[in-house]
Amino acid sequence: MSYLIGEGLTGGYGGPDIIVDCTIAVDQGEIAVIVGPNGAGKSTAMRALLGMLTMHHGSVKLDGKDITALTPQARIGAGLSFVPQNDNVFTTMTVEENLEMGAFIRTDDISGTMEEIYELFPILKERRKQMAGYLSGGQRQQVAVGRAMMTKPSVLMLDEPTAGVSPIVMDELFDRILEVKDKGVAVLMVEQNAKQALQIADKGYVLVMGKNRHTGSGSELLANAEVRRSFLGG
Amino acid sequence: MTEGPEFLNALILLSNYVVLPAITYGSQLALGALGVTLVFGILRFSNFAHGDTMAFGAMVTILFTWWFQSLGISFGQLPTALLALPVGILFTIVILLLTDRLVYRYYRRIKSKPITFVMLSVGVMFVMTGLVRFIIGPKDQNFADGARFIFKARDFKKWAGLSEGLALRSSQLITIVVTMLLVAALFWFLQKTKAGKSMRAYSDNEELALLSGINPDTVVRVTWILTAVLATTAGLLYSLDKSFKPFVFFQLLLPIFASAIVGGLGKPIGAIAGGFIIAFSEVCLTYVYRKFLIYLLPESMEPETLVQLLSTEYKFAVSFIILVLVLLIAPTGLFKGKVV
Amino acid sequence: MKPKQRPFIVFAIMAAMLLIVGFVQSWSVALVILNLCLVSAIMALGVNIQWGYAGLFNVGIMGFTALGGVAVLLVSMAPVSAALEVGGGQMALAAVTLIVGCIAVVILYRAWGERLFRKTVTCLAVIAVFFLVHSFYGPASDAIEAVDPAKTGYLGGLGLPVILSWVAGGLLAAGAAWLIGKITLDLRTDYLAIATLGIAEIIISLLKNEDWLTRGVKNVTGLPRPVPFELDLQESPWFIDLVETFNRGALAGLGNTERADALRMLSMEGSGIFVKLCYAGLFMIVLTIIFTLCSLALHSPWGRMIRAIRDNETAAAAMGKNVTGRRLQIFVLGSAVVGIAGAMLTTLDGQFTPGTYNPLRYTFLIWVMVVVGGSGNNLGSILGGFLIWFVWIEAEPVGIWLMDVLTSGFDPASEFRARMLDNAQYMRLMVMGVVLLLVMRFSPGGILPEKTGHR
Repeated sequence: MSYLIGEGLTGGYGGPDIIVDCTIAVDQGEIAVIVGPNGAGKSTAMRALLGMLTMHHGSVKLDGKDITALTPQARIGAGLSFVPQNDNVFTTMTVEENLEMGAFIRTDDISGTMEEIYELFPILKERRKQMAGYLSGGQRQQVAVGRAMMTKPSVLMLDEPTAGVSPIVMDELFDRILEVKDKGVAVLMVEQNAKQALQIADKGYVLVMGKNRHTGSGSELLANAEVRRSFLGG
Repeated sequence: MTEGPEFLNALILLSNYVVLPAITYGSQLALGALGVTLVFGILRFSNFAHGDTMAFGAMVTILFTWWFQSLGISFGQLPTALLALPVGILFTIVILLLTDRLVYRYYRRIKSKPITFVMLSVGVMFVMTGLVRFIIGPKDQNFADGARFIFKARDFKKWAGLSEGLALRSSQLITIVVTMLLVAALFWFLQKTKAGKSMRAYSDNEELALLSGINPDTVVRVTWILTAVLATTAGLLYSLDKSFKPFVFFQLLLPIFASAIVGGLGKPIGAIAGGFIIAFSEVCLTYVYRKFLIYLLPESMEPETLVQLLSTEYKFAVSFIILVLVLLIAPTGLFKGKVV
Repeated sequence: MKPKQRPFIVFAIMAAMLLIVGFVQSWSVALVILNLCLVSAIMALGVNIQWGYAGLFNVGIMGFTALGGVAVLLVSMAPVSAALEVGGGQMALAAVTLIVGCIAVVILYRAWGERLFRKTVTCLAVIAVFFLVHSFYGPASDAIEAVDPAKTGYLGGLGLPVILSWVAGGLLAAGAAWLIGKITLDLRTDYLAIATLGIAEIIISLLKNEDWLTRGVKNVTGLPRPVPFELDLQESPWFIDLVETFNRGALAGLGNTERADALRMLSMEGSGIFVKLCYAGLFMIVLTIIFTLCSLALHSPWGRMIRAIRDNETAAAAMGKNVTGRRLQIFVLGSAVVGIAGAMLTTLDGQFTPGTYNPLRYTFLIWVMVVVGGSGNNLGSILGGFLIWFVWIEAEPVGIWLMDVLTSGFDPASEFRARMLDNAQYMRLMVMGVVLLLVMRFSPGGILPEKTGHR
């Protein structure tokens, strides 16, 4: 029984079902990656876990508790945290304010958590009085991840965190994500850069047409000939 | 014969008839535009009912002012209306929250297009206009009391030894001081408090605000409360300075919108700048410069005409032309507002 | 109720309500309401072209109505030759200077190219043109306004038949709309609304203050009419005969003098009704023409394209449709229809009074008509025009009656009661707002919704 598990997820955005009988799970201290071709429903599967679409079947359980009926806001409160792919920072607010907003639901002292984030992303400490909108793409992604970490989530979900950043920045981001995992957080990612993502993943899901095609550990999937041929470019 | 240096007289003349009135009017516009811009930033529509919200707030304040006056309560040198202002604000808060609950909330839930909200606000405008005229009538209302002047033109002339006088009406000083206090409080709220920051976050990126656990209903509620405070105060200050006539508030809608758009919709700082830009342009373009030029120019060049660029009746054209120019040249306004 | 029957039923109800007014209040009142219903219906059709077909939110309807109104004056009033003599030439010079100046500025702007100070130079040129025009315009307008200010003090009109002014009103409004549309139609919907709101205010202040053209707030009364005058009718033998034929039963058995008195009373009453019927006939003809054209246009390929643009602008633009151009067409056409209605309204009033235009009555009420009737549906707009005008008029007596009943417990002399009775007329504003909000909430398509799906 995994820490966060969505079983038999079927649903869409009001129209036809985009994902069908899809199962995604991740444990604490583990990185799970969802890969697959364009339009496979990767982001949709993640949004299903967050409660952001109309579900017809399936359930979502967090730490054994059924959270299928909760609104996205309530799931945030329950420990999930999400970094969208686009528009994932408040551009007209400073880095520090972005982090504060991340911790909006917390009522306790957040200065400790903020220090942790600054340790993780030292550049943010330097830039903390700057508007997030003026930062480079890679720095913005750091702000976005930092904002999501401010709730001290038990599950961190990232929708293509490396989209549009350079390979060097990508490697650095993956390093940071590994550090986050080491803190005992369950990390779930959707990734375009499947090979690199599977290299750091403990678990991988290959989705095709909204259905689970292959499931296994990162190295298993990397070794699987069919996966290599179809999705990893040989 | 004029007394004192001519250029000083010219300066005083300009201060008395251009600078002071423009600052006062600009403050009133700024407060009005702040309300429009907040609603636009958070709820994302142009609120056509804003002028009538101002009228409603001012009306309640006036009704309570009369009541206080009849009870013999006064505020010394200051107008009693300032005492009644909190009551007016309270009533306006109630009516705006009620409007939101009965009208706008449903459409927010079904995610209607912005234009639907604009049309709804037209409906709300009708109801509010009707309500105000029904309760207080369409005519001019007299409610001002307290000292009318801080200092009079005559006293100033005597004191300064000039032929031109400078008068400071108490309504002008009150407008300026109250505006400064209110704006300072608003900015403190938006920049420093958690609720204020959450409003900015919501205005910046609605989805991300929701993902951060910001409750949209709270944000909307706080927005309406702030709008009520700003609109009522703006309406009352305008009425104190000029007069309370219900239909005027509809006409104010145009310069208020212009101020908000010129500064950049959704940007509080822009609304303030916009308010003063519109006010100064209006006053400067419709002022009769004849006397001013007589002071400054040698006798042979003195103008015979009024030297007025635009007749006062066309002051609406001024805000409109500025509005159109800004929309054509920099559609997001001076401070890069929203373009939804 | 089948959808096809719906228009018949609602229009039958509307007719019944007008008949009730005729029986209960008087036929004269019913006809006054009917005439204004017809004009309102035309206005609503015009707004429906803009909003219903193309989704343009025009809040400057009042301005176009007033332009239609001023057309009546400019076309039908007799020219004031004295004023033309003293100021006509110079005013024409001012107009020519204005046009030439504008063209010159545009040429200068283009010729200047990307060189430095382009905006500054253009600004200076504009200011120069302004002062040049002003130097002709100022003295001319003063001279014209000085000509017998109590009676004229303006240039007068062309002295043409008043019916022509309806066409002229449409053209004038269309011209203004073209100019305004060129500037504002690319803006987002909210901005378009605010811009048109401003334009309407400016048009009204122009009409109120350019005394040399419109006499301003001094009003122009005694506009020519397309129908006979009541007094002339009462003198005409054919009309008296007509009245006699109609009332044979009532007149029978009266003595000679009594009969003559009664007949005179009846012709006085009848002449009023006859004149109103004439207006109603004319308006009906215009309404029918415009409605027919609107329906044809809506179901033509052009109409389908317009609706396609409304429903999905991006897709339409991607398919190579000229979105801005189509919108300009729509804006001009809709405004022209409103202008025609404005001219008809002023003709019906017999006077041009720029001070009476107010946005609640001339802009927002029309909006309520379109939304309540059913935006996108021409029949719906006509119904909305009828229904809302009817409610607007009848809400006043009903409101006063209601207040009278509600406050009947108070002392008749009490100030509170007097005030409530005085202000009761404003309840109709609230009624309109509530009607608009209720329709938008519970019947967003209006009473006669737009037909979608099969075309």
